[in-house]
Amino acid sequence: MNAIIPYILPVLFALVIVALLPLVAGYIVLVERKVMADMQVRLGPMRVGPHGLLQPIADAVKLLLKEDIIPESADKLVFWGAPLISVTAAMLALAALPIGPFFQIADLNIGLLYILGVSSLGIFGIVLGGWASNSHYSLMGALRSAAQLVSYETSAGMAVVGALLLAGTLSTRGIVEAQADTGWWFIFVAPVGFFIYLVASIAETNRAPFDMPEAESELVAGYMTEYSGFRWALYFLAEYTNMVVVASIATTLFLGGWMRPFANTRAFNFLDYLPPLLMLWVAGYCFRRTPKQPVPVQKMFMAAVGLLCIVVALVLIMPMAVPRDSFLASSKPGIHGAFWFLFKVGAYIYVFMWLRFTFPRYRFDQLMRLGWQFLVPLSIVNVMMIGVALALHRQLGWPNWVTFPLGILLTLIAGGYLLAMGEKHEQIRVGDDENAEVDAREETPVNV
Amino acid sequence: MFNEAIFYFFAALAIVSAILVVTRRNAVQSAIFLVTALLATAGIFLNLNAEFLFIVQVILYAGGIMVLFVFVIMLVNLDVALHQVQFNRQWFVALIISAVLAAQVAAAIMVSRQSLYTMPAAPAEALEPNTERVAFYLFHTYMLPFEIASILLLVSMVGAVVMAKKRV
Repeated sequence: MNAIIPYILPVLFALVIVALLPLVAGYIVLVERKVMADMQVRLGPMRVGPHGLLQPIADAVKLLLKEDIIPESADKLVFWGAPLISVTAAMLALAALPIGPFFQIADLNIGLLYILGVSSLGIFGIVLGGWASNSHYSLMGALRSAAQLVSYETSAGMAVVGALLLAGTLSTRGIVEAQADTGWWFIFVAPVGFFIYLVASIAETNRAPFDMPEAESELVAGYMTEYSGFRWALYFLAEYTNMVVVASIATTLFLGGWMRPFANTRAFNFLDYLPPLLMLWVAGYCFRRTPKQPVPVQKMFMAAVGLLCIVVALVLIMPMAVPRDSFLASSKPGIHGAFWFLFKVGAYIYVFMWLRFTFPRYRFDQLMRLGWQFLVPLSIVNVMMIGVALALHRQLGWPNWVTFPLGILLTLIAGGYLLAMGEKHEQIRVGDDENAEVDAREETPVNV
Repeated sequence: MFNEAIFYFFAALAIVSAILVVTRRNAVQSAIFLVTALLATAGIFLNLNAEFLFIVQVILYAGGIMVLFVFVIMLVNLDVALHQVQFNRQWFVALIISAVLAAQVAAAIMVSRQSLYTMPAAPAEALEPNTERVAFYLFHTYMLPFEIASILLLVSMVGAVVMAKKRV
């Protein structure tokens, strides 16, 4: 019996995450539609619930009730199982992520490698799904997806290595604690690494401007063309879970995890009041909009959302209002840590949305060239420069504020050189009009 | 007890999927079972407290090499391969080889049963900073073999590029 007790809390926590994740994914979709609408000067979903707040639930019900079509010439078993691989791989990765100092399913000593390894298995879901559909669009989408994921995993992995060198540990909790010790988030120490990870993570989640695998103007819907109903929803869930996973990795590695901004500076302690104030502001907005809702039910719903925000604000302010030595006060790092972690993850996903609605889609050869000829060399230089900076600091005793800016500067120079080389390459190709076409086809690393 | 149950589960999974890899006619299905076999091996590593080996197995073999395998298989025209004869049935040779192999395994088991020397189980704390241990032995004790292996890999990679490209 005693052997089971340490497993109860993690299992409970895992169940909560698995149960909540579809809801979270649904609401990320809603936010995405709202942001898109805002950027195109529209309102977005407004009908289901106040401001479309119930839209994700309506969509989920619709998807569950839709007919589940399996193409006749498909490989039934693989077709049936492929979405499950994607979802499982995406969800497993969440197990090692520290959502605040108290909320973590397992603190593995290979934490980060575990996340990278497990999420890399998700490719099988995409590739096998595309193959099993027995359709040209699906297969093309799957092949593109595999090529893209494998290429960008390289640079993402190298960017992660840079941050690992700084932290000196693979445990996700250890990485955040390493940042808490110095008070410097790794984004300030290794900004180039963060940039590489940002670009690579967009490509890895198959999002615009790198959404080649599901470019609707060329491939209908890529690997999930033949999927419908609930299986399609599973792919969708996997995609949005992957977004949460990459955002969480970026938060843990580069953005200080559960730490508040300026966590080590006493003068900024007033920032602790920011989370409850933010929630109160949202609540105020909800209450102000309540009378303007068209139907009584929607009025009630809006007020309920406002009340929920007030409850969250109370939970956030509670540890600060009670005496310092009480039990409730000791829960402050956990609650506030969870808030800041989720806040940063949300901000990262929000940036994804901006990029999606700002940039046009890349061509496939451009995508491959960016990955292999710019990001991979740059990430290798980045790792080397961080290593050099650390060595100068530790072995020769140079001060931190000299070595790291020097490393960043050298990495940036290398990046500029790579960009210039790329442009020169392009110019030669454009100038050489006789063989330009042939060259472009031949030199594409993987032409699908 | 629990540990042994886990070991036998993964071992059975590995053996069954390894058999299925060779008996399936469809190359993609073979690849899927190869992934399962590799993951089961990874599970055995994890059961032996070798977390680093486990995750390297998952990242490199399952997540890297097998993805490329599947990628290449999909580019191949599978319909043609399905109609071709995939097996050379040579019962006599197969029987002899299996018998020799079985005798070898049996001998190994017998010798290890009889000898006084059995491998002591490593204490859990000796494996503790798993990644650090592997890194230490790789980059310190076995530095030269490691570098030679990496140069060999680099040479083969460059060679593949040279052979694949008509004009560099």
